[in-house]
Amino acid sequence: MLCDVCKCNDATVFLTQIIEGKMQKVNLCDACSKEKGVQDPTGFALADLLLGIGAAEEIEKGSPTQRCPVCGFTQADFKKTGRLGCSTCYATFTEALTALLKAMHKGTAHVGKVPERAHRAGELSDKMRNLSESLQKAVAEENYETAASLRDQIKQLESELAG
Amino acid sequence: MSNAGEWLRGEGPHHQIVVSSRVRLARNLRDRAFPGWAKKAERTAILELIKPHVEKLPEMQDSFSELLQDLSALEKQVLVERHLISREHAAKSAGSAVVMNRRQTLSIMINEEDHLRMQSMRSGLQLKQAFKLLDKIDTALENELEFAYDQRLGYLTACPTNVGTGMRASAMLHLPGLVLSELINQVVQAVSKIGLAVRGLYGEGTEAMGNLFQISNQTTLGEKEDEIIARLTKVIETIIDKEHDARQVLIQKKSNTLWDQIGRAYGVLTYAHAMSSKEALNLLSIIKLGIDLGAFPEEKRLPIDELFIDTQPAHLQKTSQQKLNAEERDHLRAQIIRARLKVLPKPDISKLATDSGNGSRPASSEQ
Repeated sequence: MLCDVCKCNDATVFLTQIIEGKMQKVNLCDACSKEKGVQDPTGFALADLLLGIGAAEEIEKGSPTQRCPVCGFTQADFKKTGRLGCSTCYATFTEALTALLKAMHKGTAHVGKVPERAHRAGELSDKMRNLSESLQKAVAEENYETAASLRDQIKQLESELAG
Repeated sequence: MSNAGEWLRGEGPHHQIVVSSRVRLARNLRDRAFPGWAKKAERTAILELIKPHVEKLPEMQDSFSELLQDLSALEKQVLVERHLISREHAAKSAGSAVVMNRRQTLSIMINEEDHLRMQSMRSGLQLKQAFKLLDKIDTALENELEFAYDQRLGYLTACPTNVGTGMRASAMLHLPGLVLSELINQVVQAVSKIGLAVRGLYGEGTEAMGNLFQISNQTTLGEKEDEIIARLTKVIETIIDKEHDARQVLIQKKSNTLWDQIGRAYGVLTYAHAMSSKEALNLLSIIKLGIDLGAFPEEKRLPIDELFIDTQPAHLQKTSQQKLNAEERDHLRAQIIRARLKVLPKPDISKLATDSGNGSRPASSEQ
């Protein structure tokens, strides 16, 4: 069996980690296990290592030749470096990244600080959604006067969002 | 920049055990290549875009702002030893910069792994305060620069391990009691199980030199910043209690061993003529413990604490103003320590306190 990291030497160190019922296995050669600090029970973070190897597996899900439209980064580049090319890469490679992020973090969605800009944009889009729903309801109820007013409000909001 | 930072002058809460608290935030500009992927011209353009805003911050009114290409290898290494820049940042050259305040409590790296890495350092256990300052700076900068942010994933970072809050909070703990009583591995394992990371501060592997450990949050997505900090603070407070307990047990049950360790550390540091960085850190750690326990006068704490940084390789080179080989460094290190220890009286066993300082509780005898 070959080492999962260098993929050239025979694996001599076999690690298994079970977190919340999910089992992950890594096979390493002597040199890589030393380099990754496996012999050191305190400093070794299996997660760090699995990030690299896990990334390699997850990334197969998408097309390896797909390029980020903003920065030209490919999945092959991610596999090599473990870092992304730009912020748009998160959207470009979302399929491959979702499982990786899930395994890596406590949750799958951000619940912390929201920048003021994004906060305003979020509020406006919430408002827009509410208005659209009300409009559909008004039309369904043939309440055309309300519908007309709602349509005007939506137009107003659209111009705010565009501005 | 001739002196070590204010965060080292231990005045903060629990400063005997918590050497320092540190919080860092990672931020990136929207739709611009991350530093590791950007070409040199783009990195430089990003640097020129960000730097004026950082220098303009009220917190940076009296600051050092340096381009990495203008710093010598030695100057970079000194900044690394003071924890003002990361090892990774020290390896950077054109297109990267660091801006830090004069008190060395705030440092902002531009084009490290992310476009912005902002960190705030405090003495003792003050993670909440360190975060509060960074949060304010972050808010000020985001009014000027558009950060990469996603409604679902939060702040977007070059490495997926930092996505979400982009925050890493950590504390440096001095835990000689737990190491001497061989309880440290239990603590490390327990902490690792709850999603926090513990690593030795200096060196690699199991050898945590100077009995210094760094504990930090491992994950950044799915938990609020203040929740992460509250959880980390609580765990650190528990470790502080465990360290005090371990010290009490050592005093009560192994006072001879403890006294022997302190005496030997004092003897070797006072008379040695060659000393490696590792040996120095380990012995200084025992002297620091001796001060905590009352075997040495409290007012000698600062000169000892400063030796932890001043005996690091780059600081020695800086002192001697010339390039030194390892052997010369070991001689100079021993010489500096001998000189500094002249002010330290012999350890006084009668003063070996049964109370190990602030925050200690009576130890349970069942350990």
